[in-house]
Amino acid sequence: MSFSLLTPEFIVERNDERCIRCQVCVRQCANLVHMYDQEEDRIVADDSKCVNCHRCVALCPTRALTIRRNPLEFKENANWTTSAIREIYKQAETGGILLTGMGNDRPYPVYWDHMLLNASQVTNPSIDPLREPMELKTMLGRKPEVLNVEDGKVKEKLPPQLKLEIPVMFSAMSFGSISFNTCQALAMAASEAGVMYNTGEGGLHKDLRKYGKNTIVQVASGRFGVDVDYLQAGAAIEIKIGQGAKPGIGGHLPGEKVMAEISQTRMIPIGSDAISPAPHHDIYSIEDLRQLIYSLKEATDYQKPVSVKIAAVHNVAAICSGIARAGADIIAIDGFRGGTGAAPLRIRDNVGIPIEFALAAVDTRLREEGIRNQVSLVCAGGIRNSADIIKAIALGADAVYIGQAALIAIGCHMCQKCYTGKCNWGIATQDPNLVKRLNPEIAARRLINLLHAWTHEMKEMLGGMGINAIESLKGNRLMLRGIGLTSRELDILGIKAAGE
Amino acid sequence: MLRYEGKIRIPSGCAISGIMNKKGQPFPGDDIIKSIALMHDRSNGLGGGFAAYGIYPEYKDLYAIHMFYDHEGAKADVEMFLNQHFKIELSERIPTRKVSSIKNPPIIWRYFAFPRGDKLAEAGLDESEYVVRCVMRINSDFEGAFVVSSGKNMGAFKAVGYPEDVGDFYMLDTYRAYIWTAHGRFPTNTPGWWGGAHPFTLLDWSVVHNGEISSYDANRRWLEMFGYKCTLQTDTEAITYMFDLLIRRHRLPLEIALTAMAAPLWDEIERMEPEQQELMISIRAVYGSALINGPFSIILGCKNGIIALNDRIKLRPLTAATKGDFVFIASEESAIRTVCPRPDAVWTPMGGEPVIALLEGVEDI
Repeated sequence: MSFSLLTPEFIVERNDERCIRCQVCVRQCANLVHMYDQEEDRIVADDSKCVNCHRCVALCPTRALTIRRNPLEFKENANWTTSAIREIYKQAETGGILLTGMGNDRPYPVYWDHMLLNASQVTNPSIDPLREPMELKTMLGRKPEVLNVEDGKVKEKLPPQLKLEIPVMFSAMSFGSISFNTCQALAMAASEAGVMYNTGEGGLHKDLRKYGKNTIVQVASGRFGVDVDYLQAGAAIEIKIGQGAKPGIGGHLPGEKVMAEISQTRMIPIGSDAISPAPHHDIYSIEDLRQLIYSLKEATDYQKPVSVKIAAVHNVAAICSGIARAGADIIAIDGFRGGTGAAPLRIRDNVGIPIEFALAAVDTRLREEGIRNQVSLVCAGGIRNSADIIKAIALGADAVYIGQAALIAIGCHMCQKCYTGKCNWGIATQDPNLVKRLNPEIAARRLINLLHAWTHEMKEMLGGMGINAIESLKGNRLMLRGIGLTSRELDILGIKAAGE
Repeated sequence: MLRYEGKIRIPSGCAISGIMNKKGQPFPGDDIIKSIALMHDRSNGLGGGFAAYGIYPEYKDLYAIHMFYDHEGAKADVEMFLNQHFKIELSERIPTRKVSSIKNPPIIWRYFAFPRGDKLAEAGLDESEYVVRCVMRINSDFEGAFVVSSGKNMGAFKAVGYPEDVGDFYMLDTYRAYIWTAHGRFPTNTPGWWGGAHPFTLLDWSVVHNGEISSYDANRRWLEMFGYKCTLQTDTEAITYMFDLLIRRHRLPLEIALTAMAAPLWDEIERMEPEQQELMISIRAVYGSALINGPFSIILGCKNGIIALNDRIKLRPLTAATKGDFVFIASEESAIRTVCPRPDAVWTPMGGEPVIALLEGVEDI
């Protein structure tokens, strides 16, 4: 079809008085929006290609560029919104599933913003973290119910634990969905900050093996890059069952992205599509999961904690109880706002439940069953700042994963076009010319800065509550009050309303 | 309408004091009353209480169950339950004397009893666990009834009022104990309920506590996994159950249990010898939810001695002293010196550093 009904989503405004024709924008835009017209000596833009990633805006030396939402409007209609109409045009023109990147952007309630934290006044002193110790160190892994001590010595050693300086880790993002430089930046930052990053299901590049102490290696349904050396290279192993952005859906890395380095790391031929099936084809039940957990433990001599990551779905509490009993040491729950490099739009926007509810329900259920100690809970999917983390821990998490926040820290502008492979910021791309735009050292520094800032903020919030060790916040739901929630929502979250 | 404790969480500040004779020689309650009375301004008349060990030598092998009843109906219901589960040797009103400032007392009763053999065998529990479950059951299921204490040869005496008046009301000058602990309460928001006063007890554990723990809900939700029901929503109740869980049920050595509640900082742990380090890391990993955070000073009493503990950054006062066979612990040094003007030694324990005073010849708590 030659004629498209899709009008540009954005318009590029150029202040011609400021433009010096340096053509930085022309060279920077992988979507080929900007073109230099030599005859007229001016730069023109094809608005229809613009994804509003701000690359040209940020690099324009004279600040001549602005991107705006196209003010063009359809006739007002509360049902047939602009996006509803445009999505139909797209599908009518292509016949395809709508793809998108990053997390759910629909206006569902963000429950973090409906919870408020406590602070001490008079009856209990707040603690100043600049003067008093304030401990965020966190250990993830199975804990026995009782510690056996004899003659001042531990009788049985603890099961393997992940030691984190702060209760934050970088979420699973595979080499393939993100660039090598991004992987390297995450690894370097995790290593310096004393936390973990996660390989996703893309295997572990040989140059990143030196960061093994701070690496969680993932085993997903495609088993890409998995061999015994890979399993032993990390500090922990994560079995990925599902992902918040696309519960019940597998993955697909198109063959054109599978170049030499990815081919080697994923252990697949160059140019072949890397398809991760929706389920693991050796896990059709909870007892199958148990077998995989123990196979991985056997392969690594019971030296590494095994995590199981699932998407937050309706029956998440019962599923997590099963996972804990199946022998997992850590359960990562990914809420419906979790990010992704590529997901079908309808799945991302309509499947799964908010992480706040999932987390509260799982923590409550595991406590009711008396097995909360057996497993650590990691909360993922849309964590935006240090307050979200504090609230997650008060609801019952041991730690959180951050993915989108980490990418934003290194330059992501949330244009949600990761799946095109044309990330102008060098993050979600394999194009060597784009990848080299991301300097791993600088990106790592930005990530460390972010964690550093959040550490300070978390300490301030803890101190305000009169708490000086993060474990005293875990599941301490009295530190939370709900605002603007129904009593049913309050019940599920297990918190009181503000003023109660 | 104001709600009673248990329906709402009420923070409070307080005064605490404890006196013990290490040889187990009983002495009357006058000194403990004098000591806690000196700290009058640390309480506000909304709660005072005492725990006394060694007061019932003639019934020392029986559980002394002290009860509060709001009405005769509750008493009848609980007595039916008690008769089903215990053999009661003696049931009597706890003697009191009229004191003008102590108003609206509940029905205050005590029973000397031991578990029925058939019921105990049927339950398949050891004796103390059986008693604990019965206490939990009464406190959670019987409206208008509250178990004040349930240990052997000990008892708790508490009321709404200033502690010195409470001591007078219960005629504690007529009892002789080898350990006395006392509490004056300064709740910040309460209609004043007799059950909410300290000490809080379970079996022969008793806790008097000054502070407001900020880890309360983390501690409570962890304890509830082990079947405890925190019906009062008070810190003291949670701390009492914590001692019961760690020491009686998990059989942790006393120092380990205390370490779990006031754990060393990670910085300190990093400087320890490897073996010690492993122990501390394990304690913090396994018993992270038992860490008591926020300001507190407590005196734990039991038949073998008393233990005092402060939060690990010392946000509440606590002083200890010795004189001959006597050990004194109190919120303020003046409360010790008023009954013992020239102690052999006086010291202020560091944050997280326990004071452990056991009877002579006793190895462990």
